[in-house]
Amino acid sequence: MKRKLMSLALAAVFLLTVSSFIHAANKPPQKGETLPVVNLPIPKSPAEKSYLGLSGAGFFKILQINAKVVIIEIFSMYCPYCQKDALGVNELYDLIEKDPDLKNKIKLIGIGAGNTPLEVGIFKKNYAVPFPLFADQDFKIHKACGEVRTPYFIVVKINEDGSHLIVHSQLGEYPGAKPFLELVLKSSGLK
Amino acid sequence: MKKRRFFHLAWIVGVLSVFAFVQMAHAISEAFKENIYDMGTVKPIDSVLKVKVGDRAPDFTLPSLTGEKISLRQYRGKKNVVLSFVPAAWTPVCSDQWPGYNIVKDIFDQNDAILLGITVDNLPTLYAWTNQMGKLWFPVLSDFWPHGAAAQKYGVLRSNGVSERALFLLDKKGVLRHINVNDINKRPSLEDLVSALEKLQK
Repeated sequence: MKRKLMSLALAAVFLLTVSSFIHAANKPPQKGETLPVVNLPIPKSPAEKSYLGLSGAGFFKILQINAKVVIIEIFSMYCPYCQKDALGVNELYDLIEKDPDLKNKIKLIGIGAGNTPLEVGIFKKNYAVPFPLFADQDFKIHKACGEVRTPYFIVVKINEDGSHLIVHSQLGEYPGAKPFLELVLKSSGLK
Repeated sequence: MKKRRFFHLAWIVGVLSVFAFVQMAHAISEAFKENIYDMGTVKPIDSVLKVKVGDRAPDFTLPSLTGEKISLRQYRGKKNVVLSFVPAAWTPVCSDQWPGYNIVKDIFDQNDAILLGITVDNLPTLYAWTNQMGKLWFPVLSDFWPHGAAAQKYGVLRSNGVSERALFLLDKKGVLRHINVNDINKRPSLEDLVSALEKLQK
């Protein structure tokens, strides 16, 4: 009996350890790498669904977003720099949406690290964020992204054949909408 | 035999609990750069509460960052009060708690409540730390000297001299209506705080 219990305990610890390595990355996503696989809930709002080119309910993967380039901001409602940069990131969305050449090519999403739906909703309302934000309440995505500090920006280029590549990533230091858009266009080859 | 089984089961649970603590995560803001001192995962609660819901909240007078001294009794009959004790400046979870409260002033206003942020740090430390959070709308109080005296009155001073991560909600009569001595390693649920505030209005 003692042996059985000991084996069971060791097996449980081993499985937990292995599963944590599968989900947790030890460094932030870098240029030239691919995105970790994350599932996000399809937004309920028809406007957000349409913005991302999604339909139905359930979950989607970032690469299913109908765009050539996706900009991901990992933020937190509790992060002073995310608060400070929020309006500037909204301006980036506006610049893209007002440009007929870019409107359907570049999409923006935000992922609230450790934030509940209520907290993400507060951030969205306070700063009138026009693009979809997702809650990562249990830090699952945050862990998969190497537990980055916030805000963290990732620019992903999605190719015609469905493959993708991270073309830019940066911690904080948001330079403002225009310079950041220039950087996105240059790094993704859209310009 | 039964005792043995119990011992082994307890051992398994113990090992898994330790593992669970290792998994704790924080999303540290870049606002604090490399200045956050990570104390690792510590004992979730290390004090014994001296108050309970329904008690009159113990009064205290503490110096605040603006230079004025603030007494709890000055809000009696005027405002509901949320006391937010956080363990220490420049630590991971604490640094990501008040900046969030800073953007929900409307929730406090709607519930006719004021927030008082308290740590056992001295004023210069609190000044440097809270400056990274932007301009805070709520008073920040120093429970530095006599060290942790206010935290001690509520029973939330830990054995190493920092306070627990605790929230106390008092109504306008100064009566405690909600207490949350949270696991020090985690941010308290905002949902629970909002719900407790809203209950006051009913």
